[in-house]
Amino acid sequence: MSLIFYLLAALTVAGALAAMLLKNTVHCALALTVAFAGLALLFLNLDAQFAGFAQILVYIGAVAILVVFAILLTRGSETPQGGVFSRSWLAGLTAAAAVFAVFAWAVAASAPRLPRAAAPATAATPASTVSPAPAVTVEQIGRALTGRYVLPLEIVAVLLTVALIGAVIVAMHEKVEAK
Amino acid sequence: MIGQITPLTGYLLVAALLFSIGLAGALTRRNAILVLIGIELMLNAANLNLIAFWRYGPHPELLTGMIFAIFSIAVAAAEAAVGLGLVIQIHRHARTTDLDAINRMKG
Amino acid sequence: MIARPLIETSDQVFVLLKEWLVGFLPASWQPAAGVVLCVAAIVGLFPVLFALTTVLERKGLGRIQNRIGPNRVGPLGLLQPLADGIKSLTKEDIVPASADRVVHFLAPLVLVVAVFMGFAVVPMGRNMVLVDVDAGLLFYFAMGTSTELAIFMAGWSSRNKYSLLGAMRAVAQMISYEVALLLSSVVVVMMAGSLSLTKIVAAQNQYTWGLPHWYIFTPWGLAGFLMYAIATTAETNRSPFDLPEGESELVAGYHTEYSGFKFALFFLGEYLAMFSISGLGATLFLGGWSAPFSFLTWIPSWIWFFSKLMLSIFVFIWLRGTLPRLRQDQLMNFAWKFVLPMTLLNLLVAALWRFLGEGWERWVFCTVILVVAYVVMGRMEMRREHFGPRSYRYAE
Repeated sequence: MSLIFYLLAALTVAGALAAMLLKNTVHCALALTVAFAGLALLFLNLDAQFAGFAQILVYIGAVAILVVFAILLTRGSETPQGGVFSRSWLAGLTAAAAVFAVFAWAVAASAPRLPRAAAPATAATPASTVSPAPAVTVEQIGRALTGRYVLPLEIVAVLLTVALIGAVIVAMHEKVEAK
Repeated sequence: MIGQITPLTGYLLVAALLFSIGLAGALTRRNAILVLIGIELMLNAANLNLIAFWRYGPHPELLTGMIFAIFSIAVAAAEAAVGLGLVIQIHRHARTTDLDAINRMKG
Repeated sequence: MIARPLIETSDQVFVLLKEWLVGFLPASWQPAAGVVLCVAAIVGLFPVLFALTTVLERKGLGRIQNRIGPNRVGPLGLLQPLADGIKSLTKEDIVPASADRVVHFLAPLVLVVAVFMGFAVVPMGRNMVLVDVDAGLLFYFAMGTSTELAIFMAGWSSRNKYSLLGAMRAVAQMISYEVALLLSSVVVVMMAGSLSLTKIVAAQNQYTWGLPHWYIFTPWGLAGFLMYAIATTAETNRSPFDLPEGESELVAGYHTEYSGFKFALFFLGEYLAMFSISGLGATLFLGGWSAPFSFLTWIPSWIWFFSKLMLSIFVFIWLRGTLPRLRQDQLMNFAWKFVLPMTLLNLLVAALWRFLGEGWERWVFCTVILVVAYVVMGRMEMRREHFGPRSYRYAE
């Protein structure tokens, strides 16, 4: 539980809170980008280099820009009348708090029963049982993707094609009839 | 129980917190795009969980967690694209993205 | 030979200098101090190169346009960047009253930080890469896409129609050519077998009959390099793809409302992006720091890298002075309907190259496929567009 983890966790949670609480929609999108960046750094802290860089490339480089374009195309950057939170905000907040309570209880209650590798090195468990960082090369990921996980890879390829065509068709202007 | 804070527990708690923040935002904001932002936060929290369990789990050399997270990133991007396309089309039809105003099926 | 140690020393002079300087510190501080020293070297060197490039560009453009260019400050006008720097530092920093102050302030910072991060993985000489990341190329492109967000932030926060239009055009253009850029680099990754830039350079650092194994000397490498060059010109918003900042169209595009030092930061960011992407192109296709002929390997590796970098900059300046600007729909058309299919075809051709094995057949087949595809797709794109009566679609 190093200092770096606390800093990155604080950055990510602050970005997420700002994304959900700010009034201006574009500011929310930019705060979301900060949250994505914090998550990418957390992935790097967990020695998942490929996942961290892919997170930056896909989420910050594509999804954030998509969100921002959608905000601009739907006039979301103008200040809304009637408040930014819906009428039933208390119910939503209670539900989310309840969900967090259940998760936190589950995590805390299962802490003694975690796998050996996750325990920090104490006197009872010498440091040799703490798992060293797995040295993952891109080649190993490539072999795994085209070997053991080739079926999900092909399905995701089909899914991406379908989503691409579907998004274009959904958002296309309808043909203007000749007046 | 509290004294057993392992690194894995820390990551799981952060992921749970992000998930609840995303859920709260998706349930309480009026703008449809902010609901989608909340959903993206929830997906990211799940990704963090996957990577944390991959790193501190029993078999990190199998790369299952990392591959799962990579696929999840790809699928989330596709879902964001389609969802935002839908929001844009709804805006064209109803002239607003306020979810409290679009809560009827009558077009 | 006695000259051998001299050659190796001059090749590794910066590495040896760094180790000597770091040796003064206690052992536990040495790795961090080494990294800090390298970062300081990069942050110090490339802005100086940027200053030199601005005056070279102005004089080069001037000569192409049959005039002299700046010639008042210093000999042959070479100290012009000094005058420009003093001017930009002392100008009043005007922020529009209705602009979003925080985002307006952060946009140039995000741009410059994202661009500097890209320099971390480019190998500038033998053993001279800041961080040898296993997924180096992926890291570079991840940093490259972060610059698009900074441009959008700049355009939106100014609350100015010209800025917003310029930013939207710039982001749309950068996203389209980002795909072409990635795909034209993937072919190099496929043939080198690694995403690590040092391994890509090592794969090209071999010589047959004195000629190097640079990827540009293969059919798929040449096609990939040309498409990479087109994509980088579009990514860095340079002529002929500089509609987002075209002075005659959009005042100054997304940096209309920036003055003084912030404008200088945008300028710096744009040129540094040009440097790092040229450096990446040299690494991927031109062999990075390796020498063109095996009898020239005595010249230090970093001299070769920077020569290739400056050659790319010279070609950028040449293109800017020569070609007219492309319209937005023309350049998007070009990206999606010509460059993207050609990059995909290039991938197939590179795979064919690998599987045909050594020999003359693979040269002939690959070249023929690429040339035929180029001619066919070019002809399809050049069909005369039929202009009917104009139809207007207003904003809703």
